[in-house]
Amino acid sequence: MMRIIGILVLSLFLLEGCARESRSFRLDPPIAASLNAVAPMPNRIGGAPPDTDTVLGQPYVTNAYNLNQGKQLYTWFNCKGCHADGGGVTGPAFLDGWWRYGAQAVSVFISIRDGRPHGMPAFGNHLTTEQIWQLTGYVRTIGAYSAKTAAPSRNDEMQSRPSENRAPATVAVPSDEWPAAPSR
Amino acid sequence: MASRTFPLTLPTALLCSGCTGWQSALDPHAIQAARLEHLIWLFVAVCTVIWVTVTVVLVVALLRRRTPSTHNDTRMTRVVSAAVVATAVIITGLTIVSFNATRGMGSSDANALEIRVRGYQWWWEVTYLDARADQVFTTANELHLPVGRTVHLQLAAADVIHSFWVPNLTGKQDLIPGRDNTLSFTPGEIGVYRGQCAEFCGLQHAHMALLVIVESAGSFEHWRRGQLGPAATPRGAEEKTGKAVFENKACASCHNIQGSSASGTVGPDLTHLASRRYIASGLLQTNRGSIAAWVADPQTLKPGNNMPRVTLDASELNALSAYLASLQ
Repeated sequence: MMRIIGILVLSLFLLEGCARESRSFRLDPPIAASLNAVAPMPNRIGGAPPDTDTVLGQPYVTNAYNLNQGKQLYTWFNCKGCHADGGGVTGPAFLDGWWRYGAQAVSVFISIRDGRPHGMPAFGNHLTTEQIWQLTGYVRTIGAYSAKTAAPSRNDEMQSRPSENRAPATVAVPSDEWPAAPSR
Repeated sequence: MASRTFPLTLPTALLCSGCTGWQSALDPHAIQAARLEHLIWLFVAVCTVIWVTVTVVLVVALLRRRTPSTHNDTRMTRVVSAAVVATAVIITGLTIVSFNATRGMGSSDANALEIRVRGYQWWWEVTYLDARADQVFTTANELHLPVGRTVHLQLAAADVIHSFWVPNLTGKQDLIPGRDNTLSFTPGEIGVYRGQCAEFCGLQHAHMALLVIVESAGSFEHWRRGQLGPAATPRGAEEKTGKAVFENKACASCHNIQGSSASGTVGPDLTHLASRRYIASGLLQTNRGSIAAWVADPQTLKPGNNMPRVTLDASELNALSAYLASLQ
Protein backbone atom coordinates (compact mmCIF):
# COMPACT_ATOMS: atom_id res chain seq x y z
CA MET A 1 0.00 0.00 0.00
CA MET A 2 2.76 2.41 0.99
CA ARG A 3 4.53 1.63 -2.25
CA ILE A 4 1.46 2.52 -4.31
CA ILE A 5 1.06 5.80 -2.43
CA GLY A 6 4.73 6.49 -2.97
CA ILE A 7 4.44 5.86 -6.71
CA LEU A 8 1.36 8.08 -6.90
CA VAL A 9 3.06 10.91 -5.03
CA LEU A 10 6.19 10.65 -7.16
CA SER A 11 4.15 10.56 -10.36
CA LEU A 12 2.67 13.91 -9.33
CA PHE A 13 6.08 15.33 -10.16
CA LEU A 14 5.49 14.22 -13.76
CA LEU A 15 2.77 16.88 -13.96
CA GLU A 16 5.57 19.41 -13.96
CA GLY A 17 6.30 18.18 -17.47
CA CYS A 18 2.96 19.62 -18.60
CA ALA A 19 4.16 23.17 -17.90
CA ARG A 20 4.38 25.03 -21.14
CA GLU A 21 6.43 28.01 -22.09
CA SER A 22 4.23 31.08 -22.05
CA ARG A 23 3.92 33.00 -25.28
CA SER A 24 3.38 36.70 -25.39
CA PHE A 25 1.45 37.66 -28.49
CA ARG A 26 0.73 41.24 -27.68
CA LEU A 27 3.15 43.75 -26.24
CA ASP A 28 1.49 46.66 -24.56
CA PRO A 29 2.30 49.77 -26.61
CA PRO A 30 4.36 51.45 -23.83
CA ILE A 31 6.45 48.30 -23.41
CA ALA A 32 7.02 48.08 -27.16
CA ALA A 33 8.06 51.74 -27.17
CA SER A 34 10.49 51.24 -24.30
CA LEU A 35 12.04 48.21 -26.03
CA ASN A 36 12.85 50.48 -28.92
CA ALA A 37 14.85 52.81 -26.63
CA VAL A 38 18.25 51.20 -26.87
CA ALA A 39 21.27 53.23 -25.79
CA PRO A 40 24.09 52.53 -28.23
CA MET A 41 27.62 53.78 -27.87
CA PRO A 42 28.47 56.84 -30.00
CA ASN A 43 30.02 54.65 -32.70
CA ARG A 44 26.77 52.59 -32.75
CA ILE A 45 28.63 49.45 -31.74
CA GLY A 46 27.45 47.84 -28.54
CA GLY A 47 25.54 49.62 -25.79
CA ALA A 48 23.03 49.10 -23.06
CA PRO A 49 19.93 47.02 -23.73
CA PRO A 50 16.63 48.59 -22.68
CA ASP A 51 15.82 48.09 -18.99
CA THR A 52 12.47 46.60 -20.03
CA ASP A 53 14.26 43.72 -21.74
CA THR A 54 16.11 42.88 -18.52
CA VAL A 55 12.98 43.23 -16.41
CA LEU A 56 11.03 40.93 -18.72
CA GLY A 57 13.80 38.33 -18.40
CA GLN A 58 15.34 38.71 -21.86
CA PRO A 59 12.39 37.18 -23.71
CA TYR A 60 14.19 37.38 -27.06
CA VAL A 61 16.96 35.10 -25.85
CA THR A 62 15.17 32.66 -23.58
CA ASN A 63 11.79 32.22 -25.24
CA ALA A 64 11.56 29.60 -28.00
CA TYR A 65 8.39 31.10 -29.48
CA ASN A 66 10.13 34.44 -30.04
CA LEU A 67 13.13 32.71 -31.59
CA ASN A 68 10.82 30.80 -33.87
CA GLN A 69 9.03 33.95 -34.98
CA GLY A 70 12.46 35.42 -35.65
CA LYS A 71 13.31 32.45 -37.80
CA GLN A 72 10.12 32.93 -39.79
CA LEU A 73 10.90 36.62 -40.27
CA TYR A 74 14.42 35.69 -41.44
CA THR A 75 12.84 33.91 -44.39
CA TRP A 76 9.89 36.25 -44.95
CA PHE A 77 12.04 39.38 -45.10
CA ASN A 78 14.62 37.76 -47.32
CA CYS A 79 17.57 37.96 -44.96
CA LYS A 80 18.53 34.80 -46.86
CA GLY A 81 18.98 36.90 -49.98
CA CYS A 82 22.27 38.31 -48.64
CA HIS A 83 23.20 36.21 -45.60
CA ALA A 84 22.06 32.85 -47.00
CA ASP A 85 21.36 30.16 -44.42
CA GLY A 86 23.88 31.80 -42.11
CA GLY A 87 26.80 31.21 -44.44
CA GLY A 88 26.70 34.63 -46.03
CA VAL A 89 26.81 35.62 -49.69
CA THR A 90 26.87 39.33 -50.41
CA GLY A 91 26.28 39.95 -46.72
CA PRO A 92 28.53 38.71 -43.92
CA ALA A 93 28.15 35.22 -42.50
CA PHE A 94 26.61 34.54 -39.08
CA LEU A 95 27.84 31.00 -38.77
CA ASP A 96 31.46 31.86 -38.07
CA GLY A 97 30.47 33.60 -34.83
CA TRP A 98 32.41 36.72 -35.79
CA TRP A 99 30.38 39.90 -35.57
CA ARG A 100 31.45 42.95 -37.53
CA TYR A 101 29.72 45.28 -35.05
CA GLY A 102 30.11 43.16 -31.96
CA ALA A 103 28.12 40.23 -30.66
CA GLN A 104 25.89 42.26 -28.34
CA ALA A 105 22.16 42.14 -28.98
CA VAL A 106 22.00 45.94 -29.09
CA SER A 107 24.44 46.04 -32.03
CA VAL A 108 22.44 43.49 -33.98
CA PHE A 109 19.19 45.31 -33.15
CA ILE A 110 20.61 48.60 -34.43
CA SER A 111 21.98 46.92 -37.56
CA ILE A 112 18.51 45.66 -38.44
CA ARG A 113 16.60 48.77 -37.40
CA ASP A 114 18.86 51.48 -38.81
CA GLY A 115 20.91 49.58 -41.38
CA ARG A 116 24.69 49.64 -41.77
CA PRO A 117 27.05 50.96 -44.45
CA HIS A 118 27.91 48.79 -47.46
CA GLY A 119 24.44 47.49 -48.16
CA MET A 120 22.56 46.51 -45.00
CA PRO A 121 19.16 48.20 -45.42
CA ALA A 122 17.21 49.73 -42.53
CA PHE A 123 14.15 47.68 -41.53
CA GLY A 124 12.83 50.16 -38.96
CA ASN A 125 9.94 51.10 -41.24
CA HIS A 126 9.17 47.58 -42.34
CA LEU A 127 9.12 45.72 -39.04
CA THR A 128 7.75 46.47 -35.60
CA THR A 129 10.09 46.79 -32.62
CA GLU A 130 8.98 43.40 -31.34
CA GLN A 131 9.74 41.77 -34.68
CA ILE A 132 13.20 43.37 -34.83
CA TRP A 133 13.94 41.96 -31.38
CA GLN A 134 12.69 38.52 -32.43
CA LEU A 135 14.93 38.63 -35.48
CA THR A 136 17.86 39.81 -33.35
CA GLY A 137 17.35 36.89 -30.99
CA TYR A 138 17.22 34.42 -33.85
CA VAL A 139 20.23 35.78 -35.75
CA ARG A 140 22.33 35.49 -32.61
CA THR A 141 21.52 31.78 -32.29
CA ILE A 142 22.85 30.98 -35.76
CA GLY A 143 26.49 31.38 -34.91
CA ALA A 144 26.26 30.24 -31.33
CA TYR A 145 29.29 28.44 -29.96
CA SER A 146 27.27 26.45 -27.46
CA ALA A 147 23.83 24.89 -27.59
CA LYS A 148 21.01 26.96 -26.11
CA THR A 149 18.13 25.72 -23.99
CA ALA A 150 15.65 27.76 -26.04
CA ALA A 151 15.61 27.16 -29.77
CA PRO A 152 13.34 27.60 -32.76
CA SER A 153 11.80 24.58 -34.40
CA ARG A 154 13.66 22.63 -37.02
CA ASN A 155 13.64 23.48 -40.70
CA ASP A 156 11.37 21.59 -43.03
CA GLU A 157 13.74 21.94 -45.93
CA MET A 158 17.26 20.54 -46.11
CA GLN A 159 19.64 22.30 -43.80
CA SER A 160 23.10 23.45 -44.68
CA ARG A 161 24.23 23.53 -41.05
CA PRO A 162 23.43 21.99 -37.67
CA SER A 163 20.08 23.16 -36.31
CA GLU A 164 20.11 26.12 -33.94
CA ASN A 165 19.70 24.19 -30.72
CA ARG A 166 22.83 22.17 -31.37
CA ALA A 167 26.37 23.13 -30.63
CA PRO A 168 28.33 23.70 -33.83
CA ALA A 169 29.85 20.64 -35.41
CA THR A 170 33.43 20.20 -34.38
CA VAL A 171 35.74 20.96 -37.25
CA ALA A 172 38.88 18.92 -37.60
CA VAL A 173 41.82 21.27 -37.45
CA PRO A 174 43.75 20.93 -40.72
CA SER A 175 47.16 19.49 -40.12
CA ASP A 176 50.37 19.95 -42.09
CA GLU A 177 51.07 16.28 -41.99
CA TRP A 178 49.32 13.72 -44.07
CA PRO A 179 47.38 11.25 -42.02
CA ALA A 180 49.17 7.97 -41.56
CA ALA A 181 48.29 5.42 -44.17
CA PRO A 182 46.02 2.72 -42.79
CA SER A 183 48.01 -0.33 -41.81
CA ARG A 184 47.23 -3.44 -43.73
CA MET B 1 -49.03 13.18 -22.92
CA ALA B 2 -48.18 16.47 -24.61
CA SER B 3 -46.29 17.65 -21.56
CA ARG B 4 -44.32 14.44 -21.56
CA THR B 5 -43.30 14.61 -25.23
CA PHE B 6 -42.47 18.31 -25.17
CA PRO B 7 -39.06 17.97 -23.49
CA LEU B 8 -38.12 15.50 -26.22
CA THR B 9 -39.32 17.55 -29.18
CA LEU B 10 -37.18 20.56 -28.32
CA PRO B 11 -33.79 18.81 -28.46
CA THR B 12 -34.89 16.89 -31.55
CA ALA B 13 -35.81 20.13 -33.28
CA LEU B 14 -32.46 21.60 -32.29
CA LEU B 15 -30.66 18.54 -33.68
CA CYS B 16 -32.53 18.76 -36.97
CA SER B 17 -31.72 22.44 -37.36
CA GLY B 18 -28.09 21.31 -37.59
CA CYS B 19 -28.91 19.33 -40.74
CA THR B 20 -29.51 22.30 -43.01
CA GLY B 21 -27.70 25.53 -43.55
CA TRP B 22 -24.56 26.88 -45.16
CA GLN B 23 -22.18 24.48 -43.45
CA SER B 24 -23.73 21.03 -43.31
CA ALA B 25 -22.85 17.71 -44.88
CA LEU B 26 -26.53 16.74 -44.67
CA ASP B 27 -27.60 19.56 -46.98
CA PRO B 28 -25.65 18.73 -50.16
CA HIS B 29 -25.46 21.14 -53.09
CA ALA B 30 -23.04 19.21 -55.29
CA ILE B 31 -23.03 15.66 -56.69
CA GLN B 32 -19.98 14.78 -54.61
CA ALA B 33 -21.62 15.95 -51.38
CA ALA B 34 -24.84 14.14 -52.31
CA ARG B 35 -22.91 10.88 -52.73
CA LEU B 36 -21.37 11.32 -49.32
CA GLU B 37 -24.77 12.14 -47.84
CA HIS B 38 -26.24 8.90 -49.26
CA LEU B 39 -23.29 7.05 -47.78
CA ILE B 40 -23.85 8.66 -44.36
CA TRP B 41 -27.55 7.73 -44.34
CA LEU B 42 -26.88 4.18 -45.59
CA PHE B 43 -24.34 3.61 -42.82
CA VAL B 44 -26.65 5.13 -40.22
CA ALA B 45 -29.57 2.96 -41.40
CA VAL B 46 -27.59 -0.30 -41.53
CA CYS B 47 -25.93 0.33 -38.19
CA THR B 48 -29.26 1.27 -36.58
CA VAL B 49 -30.91 -1.94 -37.79
CA ILE B 50 -27.98 -3.99 -36.50
CA TRP B 51 -27.90 -2.21 -33.17
CA VAL B 52 -31.65 -2.64 -32.64
CA THR B 53 -31.47 -6.33 -33.64
CA VAL B 54 -28.55 -7.03 -31.30
CA THR B 55 -30.25 -5.20 -28.44
CA VAL B 56 -33.54 -7.07 -28.97
CA VAL B 57 -31.74 -10.43 -29.07
CA LEU B 58 -29.83 -9.51 -25.94
CA VAL B 59 -32.98 -8.46 -24.07
CA VAL B 60 -34.84 -11.62 -25.17
CA ALA B 61 -31.89 -13.74 -24.07
CA LEU B 62 -31.84 -12.07 -20.67
CA LEU B 63 -35.59 -12.41 -20.10
CA ARG B 64 -36.00 -15.96 -21.37
CA ARG B 65 -36.32 -18.61 -18.76
CA ARG B 66 -33.47 -21.02 -18.95
CA THR B 67 -34.55 -24.44 -20.11
CA PRO B 68 -32.21 -27.33 -19.65
CA SER B 69 -31.77 -28.89 -23.05
CA THR B 70 -28.96 -30.77 -24.64
CA HIS B 71 -30.20 -31.00 -28.25
CA ASN B 72 -29.58 -27.37 -29.25
CA ASP B 73 -25.97 -27.69 -30.41
CA THR B 74 -26.74 -27.94 -34.14
CA ARG B 75 -29.17 -25.06 -33.92
CA MET B 76 -26.63 -22.96 -32.05
CA THR B 77 -23.94 -23.66 -34.65
CA ARG B 78 -26.35 -22.59 -37.39
CA VAL B 79 -27.23 -19.34 -35.63
CA VAL B 80 -23.59 -18.43 -35.00
CA SER B 81 -22.58 -19.31 -38.58
CA ALA B 82 -25.46 -17.22 -39.94
CA ALA B 83 -24.37 -14.27 -37.78
CA VAL B 84 -20.76 -14.58 -38.96
CA VAL B 85 -21.84 -14.76 -42.61
CA ALA B 86 -24.18 -11.79 -42.15
CA THR B 87 -21.38 -9.74 -40.57
CA ALA B 88 -19.00 -10.57 -43.39
CA VAL B 89 -21.60 -9.78 -46.05
CA ILE B 90 -22.59 -6.48 -44.43
CA ILE B 91 -19.02 -5.29 -43.91
CA THR B 92 -18.01 -6.28 -47.45
CA GLY B 93 -21.13 -4.60 -48.84
CA LEU B 94 -20.47 -1.37 -46.96
CA THR B 95 -16.83 -1.40 -48.05
CA ILE B 96 -17.81 -1.77 -51.71
CA VAL B 97 -20.47 0.95 -51.47
CA SER B 98 -18.03 3.28 -49.70
CA PHE B 99 -15.33 2.58 -52.28
CA ASN B 100 -17.73 3.27 -55.14
CA ALA B 101 -18.98 6.49 -53.59
CA THR B 102 -15.52 7.94 -53.07
CA ARG B 103 -13.90 6.55 -56.21
CA GLY B 104 -15.55 8.92 -58.63
CA MET B 105 -14.99 11.97 -56.42
CA GLY B 106 -11.53 12.85 -57.68
CA SER B 107 -12.45 12.74 -61.37
CA SER B 108 -11.83 15.92 -63.26
CA ASP B 109 -12.61 17.19 -66.73
CA ALA B 110 -10.63 19.21 -69.24
CA ASN B 111 -12.81 22.29 -68.87
CA ALA B 112 -12.35 22.41 -65.09
CA LEU B 113 -11.63 25.70 -63.38
CA GLU B 114 -8.11 25.44 -61.97
CA ILE B 115 -7.57 27.04 -58.56
CA ARG B 116 -4.69 26.77 -56.13
CA VAL B 117 -5.63 26.94 -52.46
CA ARG B 118 -2.77 27.36 -50.02
CA GLY B 119 -3.32 27.08 -46.29
CA TYR B 120 -1.49 29.41 -43.93
CA GLN B 121 -1.74 29.83 -40.17
CA TRP B 122 -4.60 30.91 -40.20
CA TRP B 123 -6.01 31.95 -43.53
CA TRP B 124 -6.45 30.67 -47.08
CA GLU B 125 -4.65 32.00 -50.11
CA VAL B 126 -6.68 31.46 -53.27
CA THR B 127 -5.04 31.77 -56.69
CA TYR B 128 -7.08 31.43 -59.88
CA LEU B 129 -4.74 29.81 -62.39
CA ASP B 130 -4.75 30.22 -66.13
CA ALA B 131 -2.49 29.34 -69.02
CA ARG B 132 -2.19 33.08 -69.69
CA ALA B 133 -0.18 34.87 -67.01
CA ASP B 134 -2.29 38.05 -67.23
CA GLN B 135 -5.39 36.07 -66.28
CA VAL B 136 -3.97 34.82 -62.98
CA PHE B 137 -5.02 36.58 -59.81
CA THR B 138 -4.84 36.03 -56.08
CA THR B 139 -7.38 36.61 -53.37
CA ALA B 140 -7.92 35.23 -49.88
CA ASN B 141 -10.48 33.38 -47.78
CA GLU B 142 -13.13 33.50 -50.49
CA LEU B 143 -13.79 31.21 -53.44
CA HIS B 144 -16.14 32.32 -56.20
CA LEU B 145 -17.30 29.47 -58.42
CA PRO B 146 -19.57 29.34 -61.46
CA VAL B 147 -22.50 26.99 -60.94
CA GLY B 148 -22.37 23.66 -62.80
CA ARG B 149 -18.71 23.90 -63.81
CA THR B 150 -16.26 21.42 -62.32
CA VAL B 151 -13.57 23.00 -60.22
CA HIS B 152 -10.17 21.42 -59.73
CA LEU B 153 -8.38 22.54 -56.59
CA GLN B 154 -4.65 22.19 -56.05
CA LEU B 155 -4.22 22.07 -52.31
CA ALA B 156 -0.95 23.17 -50.74
CA ALA B 157 0.15 24.32 -47.31
CA ALA B 158 2.77 26.82 -46.30
CA ASP B 159 3.43 25.89 -42.69
CA VAL B 160 1.51 23.04 -41.05
CA ILE B 161 -1.15 20.56 -42.19
CA HIS B 162 -4.56 22.10 -42.81
CA SER B 163 -7.69 20.53 -44.26
CA PHE B 164 -10.10 21.94 -46.82
CA TRP B 165 -13.70 21.18 -45.93
CA VAL B 166 -16.81 22.73 -47.41
CA PRO B 167 -19.37 20.14 -46.25
CA ASN B 168 -22.21 21.29 -48.54
CA LEU B 169 -20.07 20.75 -51.62
CA THR B 170 -17.65 17.90 -51.01
CA GLY B 171 -15.65 15.86 -48.49
CA LYS B 172 -12.46 16.84 -46.71
CA GLN B 173 -9.01 16.89 -48.21
CA ASP B 174 -5.78 17.68 -46.38
CA LEU B 175 -3.36 20.46 -47.32
CA ILE B 176 0.10 19.12 -46.55
CA PRO B 177 3.36 21.08 -46.70
CA GLY B 178 5.56 19.63 -49.40
CA ARG B 179 2.88 17.41 -50.90
CA ASP B 180 0.22 18.82 -53.20
CA ASN B 181 -3.21 17.22 -53.06
CA THR B 182 -6.06 17.77 -55.47
CA LEU B 183 -9.81 17.90 -55.07
CA SER B 184 -12.53 18.19 -57.70
CA PHE B 185 -16.19 18.95 -57.35
CA THR B 186 -19.07 20.45 -59.27
CA PRO B 187 -21.18 22.93 -57.35
CA GLY B 188 -24.79 22.28 -58.32
CA GLU B 189 -26.71 25.18 -56.85
CA ILE B 190 -26.23 28.93 -56.50
CA GLY B 191 -25.61 29.90 -52.92
CA VAL B 192 -23.15 30.88 -50.23
CA TYR B 193 -21.45 28.05 -48.37
CA ARG B 194 -19.10 28.12 -45.46
CA GLY B 195 -16.04 25.97 -45.13
CA GLN B 196 -13.58 25.50 -42.35
CA CYS B 197 -10.16 24.10 -41.70
CA ALA B 198 -10.80 20.52 -40.57
CA GLU B 199 -7.35 19.62 -39.26
CA PHE B 200 -6.14 21.14 -36.01
CA CYS B 201 -3.50 23.61 -37.13
CA GLY B 202 -2.70 25.71 -34.09
CA LEU B 203 -4.11 28.26 -31.72
CA GLN B 204 -6.54 29.91 -34.14
CA HIS B 205 -7.66 26.77 -35.96
CA ALA B 206 -11.27 27.63 -35.13
CA HIS B 207 -10.87 31.01 -36.82
CA MET B 208 -9.85 29.68 -40.18
CA ALA B 209 -13.05 29.85 -42.17
CA LEU B 210 -13.56 29.99 -45.89
CA LEU B 211 -16.51 31.32 -47.85
CA VAL B 212 -17.58 29.68 -51.10
CA ILE B 213 -19.86 31.77 -53.28
CA VAL B 214 -21.46 29.78 -56.07
CA GLU B 215 -22.95 32.09 -58.66
CA SER B 216 -24.15 32.14 -62.26
CA ALA B 217 -21.53 32.00 -64.99
CA GLY B 218 -22.27 35.63 -65.87
CA SER B 219 -21.77 37.08 -62.43
CA PHE B 220 -18.70 34.89 -61.89
CA GLU B 221 -17.16 36.34 -65.04
CA HIS B 222 -18.05 39.85 -63.85
CA TRP B 223 -16.37 39.16 -60.50
CA ARG B 224 -13.33 37.63 -62.18
CA ARG B 225 -12.79 40.66 -64.40
CA GLY B 226 -13.08 42.91 -61.36
CA GLN B 227 -10.46 40.89 -59.50
CA LEU B 228 -8.06 41.01 -62.45
CA GLY B 229 -7.89 44.79 -62.39
CA PRO B 230 -5.70 46.91 -60.12
CA ALA B 231 -6.99 48.33 -56.86
CA ALA B 232 -9.43 51.24 -56.84
CA THR B 233 -7.74 54.64 -57.08
CA PRO B 234 -8.12 56.55 -53.82
CA ARG B 235 -10.66 59.36 -54.00
CA GLY B 236 -10.41 62.34 -51.71
CA ALA B 237 -7.62 63.49 -49.43
CA GLU B 238 -8.34 60.97 -46.66
CA GLU B 239 -8.07 57.90 -48.88
CA LYS B 240 -4.93 59.30 -50.51
CA THR B 241 -3.34 59.76 -47.08
CA GLY B 242 -4.42 56.22 -46.22
CA LYS B 243 -2.65 54.86 -49.27
CA ALA B 244 0.52 56.73 -48.32
CA VAL B 245 0.33 55.32 -44.78
CA PHE B 246 -0.08 51.81 -46.17
CA GLU B 247 2.88 52.18 -48.51
CA ASN B 248 5.25 53.75 -45.99
CA LYS B 249 4.48 51.82 -42.83
CA ALA B 250 5.12 48.15 -42.15
CA CYS B 251 1.83 47.15 -43.92
CA ALA B 252 3.50 47.17 -47.34
CA SER B 253 6.22 44.76 -46.33
CA CYS B 254 3.74 41.89 -45.89
CA HIS B 255 0.71 42.77 -48.03
CA ASN B 256 0.25 43.27 -51.73
CA ILE B 257 -2.04 45.88 -53.28
CA GLN B 258 -1.97 45.78 -57.06
CA GLY B 259 -1.48 49.28 -58.40
CA SER B 260 0.43 50.56 -55.38
CA SER B 261 4.02 50.14 -54.32
CA ALA B 262 3.00 47.59 -51.69
CA SER B 263 4.04 44.15 -52.90
CA GLY B 264 4.56 41.92 -49.86
CA THR B 265 3.75 38.26 -50.17
CA VAL B 266 3.65 37.17 -46.53
CA GLY B 267 0.08 38.20 -45.72
CA PRO B 268 -3.17 38.08 -47.73
CA ASP B 269 -3.45 40.05 -50.96
CA LEU B 270 -5.50 43.17 -50.19
CA THR B 271 -6.05 44.47 -53.74
CA HIS B 272 -9.81 43.92 -53.52
CA LEU B 273 -10.17 43.61 -49.77
CA ALA B 274 -13.51 45.39 -49.54
CA SER B 275 -15.06 43.07 -52.14
CA ARG B 276 -14.68 40.17 -49.70
CA ARG B 277 -17.39 39.62 -47.14
CA TYR B 278 -15.16 38.85 -44.17
CA ILE B 279 -11.72 39.86 -42.96
CA ALA B 280 -9.25 37.76 -40.99
CA SER B 281 -10.62 34.47 -42.32
CA GLY B 282 -14.23 34.76 -41.30
CA LEU B 283 -13.58 36.59 -38.05
CA LEU B 284 -15.27 39.92 -38.77
CA GLN B 285 -17.56 41.26 -41.46
CA THR B 286 -15.79 43.63 -43.79
CA ASN B 287 -16.53 47.27 -43.03
CA ARG B 288 -14.47 50.31 -42.17
CA GLY B 289 -14.99 49.87 -38.44
CA SER B 290 -13.90 46.25 -38.32
CA ILE B 291 -10.89 46.96 -40.52
CA ALA B 292 -9.82 49.76 -38.16
CA ALA B 293 -10.35 47.53 -35.13
CA TRP B 294 -8.29 44.77 -36.72
CA VAL B 295 -5.39 47.04 -37.68
CA ALA B 296 -5.42 48.72 -34.29
CA ASP B 297 -5.04 45.50 -32.33
CA PRO B 298 -4.91 42.23 -34.28
CA GLN B 299 -3.43 40.26 -31.37
CA THR B 300 -6.44 40.88 -29.15
CA LEU B 301 -8.94 39.87 -31.84
CA LYS B 302 -7.04 36.77 -32.99
CA PRO B 303 -4.16 36.04 -30.58
CA GLY B 304 -1.13 34.38 -32.10
CA ASN B 305 -1.73 35.32 -35.73
CA ASN B 306 1.18 36.69 -37.68
CA MET B 307 -0.05 40.25 -38.07
CA PRO B 308 1.75 42.53 -35.61
CA ARG B 309 0.34 45.67 -34.09
CA VAL B 310 1.83 48.48 -36.12
CA THR B 311 2.03 51.76 -34.24
CA LEU B 312 -0.23 54.30 -35.92
CA ASP B 313 -1.65 57.52 -34.56
CA ALA B 314 -5.40 58.16 -34.67
CA SER B 315 -5.42 60.18 -37.88
CA GLU B 316 -3.24 57.62 -39.66
CA LEU B 317 -5.52 54.78 -38.56
CA ASN B 318 -8.55 56.74 -39.68
CA ALA B 319 -7.10 57.42 -43.11
CA LEU B 320 -5.85 53.85 -43.49
CA SER B 321 -9.23 52.35 -42.68
CA ALA B 322 -10.92 54.71 -45.16
CA TYR B 323 -8.47 53.61 -47.88
CA LEU B 324 -8.76 49.88 -47.14
CA ALA B 325 -12.56 50.03 -47.01
CA SER B 326 -12.52 51.66 -50.46
CA LEU B 327 -10.69 48.74 -52.11
CA GLN B 328 -13.69 47.25 -53.89
